[in-house]
Amino acid sequence: MNSFGRPLTRNEDPRLLRGEALFVDDVELPGLLHVAFFRSPHAHAHLVSLDVTAARAREGVVAVVTAADLGDYWQPGPLLVPPPPVPGMVFNQRCQVPLVRDTARHVGEPVAMVIAASRYIAEDAVGDISAEWETLPAVGDLEAALASGTAYVHADLGTNVAAEVHQARGDYDAAARAAHLILKRRFTYDRGASIPMETRGVVAQWDPRADRLTVWDTTQAPVVIRNGLAGMLGLSERQVRVVAPNIGGGFGPKMMMFYPEEVLVPWAAMRLGRPVKWIEDRLEHFFATTHERSQIHDAEIALDASGKILGVKDVFLHDTGAYDPYGLTVPLNSQCTLLGCYVVPAYDSRFTAVFTNRTLVTPYRGAGRQHGVFVMERLLDLAARELGLDRAEIRRRNFIPADAFPFDQGVIYQDFSRLSYDSGDYEPILDKALAAIGYADFIARVQPEARAAGRSLGLGLVCYVEGTGIGPYEGAKVQVQSSGKVSLATGIGSQGQGHATAFAQVVAEQLGVDVRDVEVTTGDTDQFYWGVGTFASRGAVVAGSAAHEAAKVVRQKVLKTAAAHFECAEEDLVLADGKVHVAGVPDHAITLGKLAGLANPMRGAVTPGTEPGLEATSYFGPASGATASGVHAMIIEFDAGTLRPTILDYVVVHDCGTVINPLILAGQIHGGVAQGIGNAFFEQLAWDENGQLLNASLADYLIPTALDVPRMRLEHTVTPSPLNPLGVKGAGEAGAIPVGALFAQAIEDALQLPARGIEILEMPLGPSRLFEITQRG
Amino acid sequence: MKITVRINGANHTRDVEPRLLLSDFLRHDCGLTGTHVGCEHGVCGACTILWDGAPARACLAFAVQAEGHELRTVEGLAPGPGQLNPLQQAFQDSHGLQCGYCTPGILMTMTAFLEENPKPDEAQVREALSGNLCRCTGYQHIVDAVLRAARAAEQRKPNA
Amino acid sequence: MKPAPFAWHAPDELEAALALKAEHGGEARFLAGGQSLVPAMNFRVAQPAVLVDLNRIATLDTLGFTADGTLVIGAMCRYRRIERDADVARRLPMLAEALAEVAHPQIRTRGTLAGNLCHADPASEMPAVMLALAARFLLRRKGGERLVAARDFFLGPLATALAEDEMLAEIHIPALPPGSGTAFLEVARRRGDYAMMGVAAVLRRGADGRCAAARLTLCSAGPVPLAADRAASSLLGTRLTAGDFAAAAALVGAEIDPMGSVQASPAYQRHLAGVLVTRALSLAAERAA
Repeated sequence: MNSFGRPLTRNEDPRLLRGEALFVDDVELPGLLHVAFFRSPHAHAHLVSLDVTAARAREGVVAVVTAADLGDYWQPGPLLVPPPPVPGMVFNQRCQVPLVRDTARHVGEPVAMVIAASRYIAEDAVGDISAEWETLPAVGDLEAALASGTAYVHADLGTNVAAEVHQARGDYDAAARAAHLILKRRFTYDRGASIPMETRGVVAQWDPRADRLTVWDTTQAPVVIRNGLAGMLGLSERQVRVVAPNIGGGFGPKMMMFYPEEVLVPWAAMRLGRPVKWIEDRLEHFFATTHERSQIHDAEIALDASGKILGVKDVFLHDTGAYDPYGLTVPLNSQCTLLGCYVVPAYDSRFTAVFTNRTLVTPYRGAGRQHGVFVMERLLDLAARELGLDRAEIRRRNFIPADAFPFDQGVIYQDFSRLSYDSGDYEPILDKALAAIGYADFIARVQPEARAAGRSLGLGLVCYVEGTGIGPYEGAKVQVQSSGKVSLATGIGSQGQGHATAFAQVVAEQLGVDVRDVEVTTGDTDQFYWGVGTFASRGAVVAGSAAHEAAKVVRQKVLKTAAAHFECAEEDLVLADGKVHVAGVPDHAITLGKLAGLANPMRGAVTPGTEPGLEATSYFGPASGATASGVHAMIIEFDAGTLRPTILDYVVVHDCGTVINPLILAGQIHGGVAQGIGNAFFEQLAWDENGQLLNASLADYLIPTALDVPRMRLEHTVTPSPLNPLGVKGAGEAGAIPVGALFAQAIEDALQLPARGIEILEMPLGPSRLFEITQRG
Repeated sequence: MKITVRINGANHTRDVEPRLLLSDFLRHDCGLTGTHVGCEHGVCGACTILWDGAPARACLAFAVQAEGHELRTVEGLAPGPGQLNPLQQAFQDSHGLQCGYCTPGILMTMTAFLEENPKPDEAQVREALSGNLCRCTGYQHIVDAVLRAARAAEQRKPNA
Repeated sequence: MKPAPFAWHAPDELEAALALKAEHGGEARFLAGGQSLVPAMNFRVAQPAVLVDLNRIATLDTLGFTADGTLVIGAMCRYRRIERDADVARRLPMLAEALAEVAHPQIRTRGTLAGNLCHADPASEMPAVMLALAARFLLRRKGGERLVAARDFFLGPLATALAEDEMLAEIHIPALPPGSGTAFLEVARRRGDYAMMGVAAVLRRGADGRCAAARLTLCSAGPVPLAADRAASSLLGTRLTAGDFAAAAALVGAEIDPMGSVQASPAYQRHLAGVLVTRALSLAAERAA
C-alpha cells in the first residue's frame, strides 16, 4: 500500500466540509437546559453577599446554583500535574474552585450558575443576580507581587510565590570568570490567549435507566476527565462516558483542566435529571479559558572570544495566574528549552512562579518554550554583534555536534525525566535554511540595495528545539470488521491534527488496506478506555506508535487465520488491497472481512491461548520525549513611517523525524507559524491596574488574518527518533516556538536599531510599542 | 411570532422570539448545525452564510429579519448526499482545513467570492478571506484550495 | 452573548417608522444594517426596549445623483451597493477608496452608511470622509425634517445631533468641482479594523496650478471626526509641494486630540497623523493634477 509517508488527503474532511461533523454545541437532546454564569466583575474581592432570589423567580429558570448549594461537592479541583522532583523545590498548591464562595481571584471567576430553558433566559437571569463585593487590591505586576506590603492572591499563604525551582549544572561562576564576554539583559514576554475558533462547551446527560452519565466535552483529554468526574460524582468509571467529538481547535487550554463549568454541568444534569448544556461565549472565553505567556527573565550569557558559550545564568518570574492546577509545566519548559540546539557547559536557572489576580496560566501551543528560545536566541544575537560574528556562525559554533546524541542536558524536563535529546543533526538544517532564504545574497546585495533605495528590509534567522512526544503512554485498539474495514480506537482526542488520517496510514501500512477503509475513533471513552490526552506534541508519537504496535499484532492474526484457510505457511502470504492471497496466486484471495468471520466461528471452541476475531490492543509509553528541531528564516520590510511590517519571505526547515503525512505536517507547521506571528506582533492581553482586561473581544484582541500570514516555504531533514518504532517526533508546536525571537532579530535588522543603540528585548511588539521603543534611541 | 424562512431552497416555519439570532435559529431551531458560531460579534466569520446570494454574518441578524429572503448555508453546497461540490473537493485536496470549525463560513464567503471573481490571484483571495478567521491552518492551504477550485472551474468550461 | 428581549416593529413605510420612534423615543432604536447595533446588543451593552426595523422600507434603499451632481444615499442603502456603483467610484473616488477599509465584505453586505454615521464611532472612517466631502444629512422626524452639515452632526463618541424622534434619512454629498483630487489613507492593525489613524484629503487646483481649495479631516484623532482647518488653509495658494505638505502636517498636531487605545498610544497616533497627512495630501495633489 505504501500509504505511510505520503501526502494523503484527510479521511475526516468530507463530513467537516458538508457541515455534518458533530461539535459539542451541535448536541441537541430532549428537554435540554441551558446554563449561563454570573461571574466576578472584580479581579480580587470578597463576596459579602449574593442575592439570587430574583433570578430564581424568573420564568423559564430551573435552578440557580451558588457555592453554598454545592455542599460537599464544593472543593478545589485536582492537581493535574504534580511539581517536578527537583531538590529544594517549593510548590504552593492552590487549585481552582467551582464557584466563588468567599473570595474572587480573577475577573470572570464563576460565582453562580443559572440553569434555564434557553441560554437567552439564563442570561436574562444572570442580570437579575446582585452581589455585594468588598474589593481588594489586584495583584498584576510580577515584581510588585513579590514586594513587601503587597496584597496576597491567597491570603492564607502569606506570599504570592506559587513555586520556586532552581536547576543548575556546571559552574556558572567559574564560566563567568573565564569569559571573554558577559552580556546581561532583561527580557519580557507578555500574556496572550489561544483563541480556538470554537470556544469551550459541555453537555451532560444522566440516564437513570442505564445508570450512566454521558458528557460531551470540548476536552483534549477525555479519559482523564472521565476518571476525574467519576471520582467527584461518586460514580464508577464505567458509569461515565466522556465524548470529545470534533473539537474546534484546542492548542492547550482545552486539556484536562477540570474547569469549573466542566465540573458543574455534569453535577447539575444528575441533580436535575435533565440534560444540561453550557457553551462558553467569546466574552467568557477571554476570562474563563486559561491564558499563557507572562514571564520576566534576567538572563546572562558568558562566552569565550570565539563566541563559544561557556555558560548561561537565568533568573525569571513566571505568572501562573490565580491558581496553579497545571503545576509547573510552562516554566519548566522555558527553563529546559532555553538550552536550545547548543552546548551550554554551565547552566544556572532559577524561576519563581507568581500568583496574580488574573486568569489561570496553563500550556498554550509552545507552552513556555517560546520564552526560552527568545532569551537564548536574543543573547546569541547580542553576543554575535559584540564579537563581530555573523549570526549564523555563532549558532553553528555552539551547535551540539551530530555525533553527541543522545545528548544529556542534565536538567529535569516537564515529564520529570532527565532532559536528553534523543537525536538530531543541526548544521544541515541551518545550511538548508540559509540557502532557502538566500542569506548570503541578502547580506551582500539585497539589503544594501534596498537600503540605498530607502527601504527597510531585515532578515531573521533563529534555531530552536522542541521536546515532544512525552509519556506516560497511549493505547490503541485495532479491529478488522466483518465489512472488511478496519477500525482503530484510541483514547486521545483530536482537535484538527488529522489523526483519522495519520493513524489510518500507520494501520493501513501494516494491514494492506486502503487508508479510506481505516475508520479511526478518537475521543470517546466508551470506544477506548485508557489514555492521557492530546498535548505536548505527543499524539503522533505516542498514540501513533501504539496504533502501529496494535496493527502489527493484528497482522500476525490475519496471517495466522489466512494460513489456516489456505493451508500454507504464513511466509507465503501477501496482504494487499484488503485481501490476503498466496504469493503468485493473486486471483485466489480472501478478503479481510471474510477472515474476520473465520476468526469468530459459530461452532468449535476458542482454544486456550487464542482469542476470537482479528483484534489487538497495544500500548506505547516512551521512556522520554523525542526532540525535534528546526530553523526559521524570514525577510521582512517595514514601512519606516508607520512601522507596519510586511513579511516578504518565510522559510521553515524542520526535523521531526520520520514523516507520516507531509501534507498534514505542512498544515501543522503553517498553523504554528501563524500563531507565532500573532504572538509576536498582534496578540497581547491588556490589563488596567484593577486587573480588568481591556481587550476582551476579537475586535480588540487581534489574531492574524490571511493578509497577516505570509506564504511559507517548508523544507525538511529527517533524523528518526530511536525512541519509538515509527521514528517520529512531534510537530504540533514547532511552528509557533521561534517566531518571537525571529521577529525581534528581523526588526532590529530592518530598522537598523543596533546602530541607534536600541535592542528588542520584549514580545509581543505591535507598532505602537515599537514606535515608543524606537523613540528612545 | 411565527416566521417562515427559506434556506437552501426549503421553507422552515418556526415560532420564534424577535431577539433570536439568525445563527441560533439556523443551528438550534432548524437543526442546520453546519453554520458555526465563533464570536457573536461579527468578527470571526464562522457563521457566514449567503443572504440573497451575498455573504453575511448570521450572528448579526435576527431570525425574524430573514423572512422573505433566500438563505444558503454549508448544508446547501454539496450536489447530493455523500458528495462534495468542486470548492469543497478543492478544500480536501489542498488540506484547506484542520479542525474544520471555521470552514463552513469560509466556504460560504468563497462561494460568493468566486462567483464574482472566477479567476482570482492570490492577493485577491487573501483579501477576500480576511474577514474569516482561522486559527489552525495559517491560511496557506485555504488560499491554495480556493485557487485550485478556480482553476478547476476554468478547466470545466466547455471551450476552455 | 444573547440580546435582551425587545419589541420588534418592522414597518413598510417611512412615516410609520417615524411615528413609532416618536412614540417610543429614547426607548427605541432604529435597526438598519445592524452591524454595530446587534453586536452591542449581543454584549448587552445596548438593551433597547423597542427596535424599529427599517429593512422593509424599500423607499429608504436609494442611491443616485441629482441633476446638480449631488449623490443622495438613503438610510437603508448598504455599503455593498455603494461600493459596486461605477458612478460613485468615478465621481467620488474617495468614498470607494475608504469603503474598502470598512470591516469586511460580509459586514458590508448588510451594513449601511447611515447606520454607521449614526453610531458615530470616532475611529470609524466614514464620518471623517463625510466631513471631507462636505456632506449634509437630511434628518427626518414625524411631520418635519432638517438638513445638518456633517461637521455639525458629530457631537462626541457615539453622540450625534439626532433628536430622539429623528432619523438620518438621507446623506447628500455634493459633486467635486473639476480639478479636485482626493485621497483616503489609514493605518489599522489589520485590514478591516478600525483605524489607529485615518486621513481624508480633498484638494483642488486652480487654473494656475495653485491650491484653490483644501479640506483635511481625520478619524481616530479625537472624540469626533476632526477637520484640520488650519492645516488645510495653509495650503491655499501654494503650489502643493512636498514642503507645503510637511508644513500642513506640522500644523495638524495642534488640531487633533487622539485619545489612545489598546492598539495605539496617543504619541503613536500623533506620529501616524503626521505621516498620513503628508502622504494623503501628496496623493490627492497628484490626483488633482
